[in-house]
Amino acid sequence: MAGARLGALWHVVPWVTALVVYYTAGGYLSLGTNVLIMILLTLSLDLVLGHAGIVTLGHAAYFGFGAYAAGNFAVHVHNGSLAGLLFAGALTGVFGLLTGALILHTEGVTLMMLTLAIASLVAEFANHAHFLTGGDDGLQGIRMAPLLGLFRFDLYGHTAYLYSLGVLCAWFVATWRIVRSPFGRSLDGIRQSPRRMRAIGTPVWRRLVAVYGLSAAMAGSAGALSAQTTRYASLSALSILVSGTAVVTLALGGTRRLYGAFLGATVYGVVQSFAAEIDPFRWMLVVGLMLMGVVLFAEKGLMSLVDLGRNALVGAFRRAARR
Amino acid sequence: MSAPAALSVRGLCKSFGALAVAQDVDLDLAPGARVGLIGPNGAGKTTIVNLLTGMLRPDAGSITISGAPIDRLKPEARVRRGLARTHQISNLLAETSARENVAIAIAERENIAWRLLRYGRRWGACLDEADAHLAVLGIAADADRAAAEWPYGKQRLLEIAIALALRPHVLLLDEPAAGVPALEAHVIHEALDHLPADVAILMIEHDMDLVFRFVREIVVLVQGRVLTRGTPAEIAADARVRAVYLGRSMA
Repeated sequence: MAGARLGALWHVVPWVTALVVYYTAGGYLSLGTNVLIMILLTLSLDLVLGHAGIVTLGHAAYFGFGAYAAGNFAVHVHNGSLAGLLFAGALTGVFGLLTGALILHTEGVTLMMLTLAIASLVAEFANHAHFLTGGDDGLQGIRMAPLLGLFRFDLYGHTAYLYSLGVLCAWFVATWRIVRSPFGRSLDGIRQSPRRMRAIGTPVWRRLVAVYGLSAAMAGSAGALSAQTTRYASLSALSILVSGTAVVTLALGGTRRLYGAFLGATVYGVVQSFAAEIDPFRWMLVVGLMLMGVVLFAEKGLMSLVDLGRNALVGAFRRAARR
Repeated sequence: MSAPAALSVRGLCKSFGALAVAQDVDLDLAPGARVGLIGPNGAGKTTIVNLLTGMLRPDAGSITISGAPIDRLKPEARVRRGLARTHQISNLLAETSARENVAIAIAERENIAWRLLRYGRRWGACLDEADAHLAVLGIAADADRAAAEWPYGKQRLLEIAIALALRPHVLLLDEPAAGVPALEAHVIHEALDHLPADVAILMIEHDMDLVFRFVREIVVLVQGRVLTRGTPAEIAADARVRAVYLGRSMA
């Protein structure tokens, strides 16, 4: 299938863009790192919300959990970044499995309220557990060792950016495989009709808990990256704003597209950053208008516009080739 | 004793408060049986289906499949023991292609639905087998189309194809022709004639033509009790059945 192989070429676009940004962003490189982290969080949400249909407003709990886990690991145990990332990802995954097991018997609005409740509980716990989180002051004193013992986390954020990009790439490949696996297809089925899936013998709850844990590990990795690259973890990582932003960026980019997370988080991050630079008080207005525009004119997110452009391009090529 | 019955139900009881919806129901389906469960509205047919599939817990009684008790199992575990069903109202993965609707069921049966890695060839085998199941029921065309785009009659057959893909010992057909336009009904009838001979089938159906044509034994349910059972000819000749059921709805 030449078509399928050619189609794989489109994968080049986002990753090459990310490298171009690395060489051209200059002072905005840390914004780039933030966007990469936001993409990873959005991607984790696409897995549970987009593919498995788990309506959650509580993914900040796992993002923040991962951030504090990585921060504490660096402060108290070991300041290698990969070890910290693995630790934080795994621990957050376990936390996701436990909390998921509690709440995934429910669905719809009830489930959404429970995800909110868990996020609130975690945030409140973090607020009081000074010994773990530093409370309002945040967790400070994170000193990361050079990545792989070779690359120092420099002031300009070069290492941080490439490190985040590598982690994002690894999770992306994993997610890309997962959603195409029999497991991923059963999630797609559960989203469409849990009743149908039970009728073919699917243990629906167990499968949802599994993907929820996986997604929590991914969100936790994003949180860990955030703590490691900024050398700081604060309560804001657990705020409902983080959960909400992730849902918005996912909707903006387009659900169940994976690259929708890339597009949504990038556009949101860049627009927010520049709008806030121009007007620190009314930047939300710009973001709000942009969202309304997308909801009204590109219901399936910005990825649908990409599809339009891509199809036009492919069509033009075909016509040119025929001539 | 010969081989155990594919499905055996003994003394099944269920009440909602004072309302007894199933009272002391016995059922036996040998492998390959074709049994029809009929009764007027409110007789408790749907309750029986829900008790068998595990959607409801019985107050008393036992259910076994091929000799193994399934009473305490969850609905999805019962499916894995060989009890498949179709739904009264089509329940398909609407956005998923017809082929994948069946393939997902096969993946579940083969226990590869937990696979995250190294699934390529096995998923390909699921798709190939799915095509074979669709072909048996004569609905292999347009298998790439989303299930929701299929005409309703074909959707009903797709439900049956999915159930058969699970390789069940027992198949519950819950009103397989419900909602199908009269013009398409013959397609359902013909497909039902081609179901595997070794699967025990319990058909719950309002369409008397279909029941009498398809089954070899009929169980008549009235107010949660088995009124009588027998061959289609015996049931058709039974005065009591006519009084409570045929007399009213067939008039």
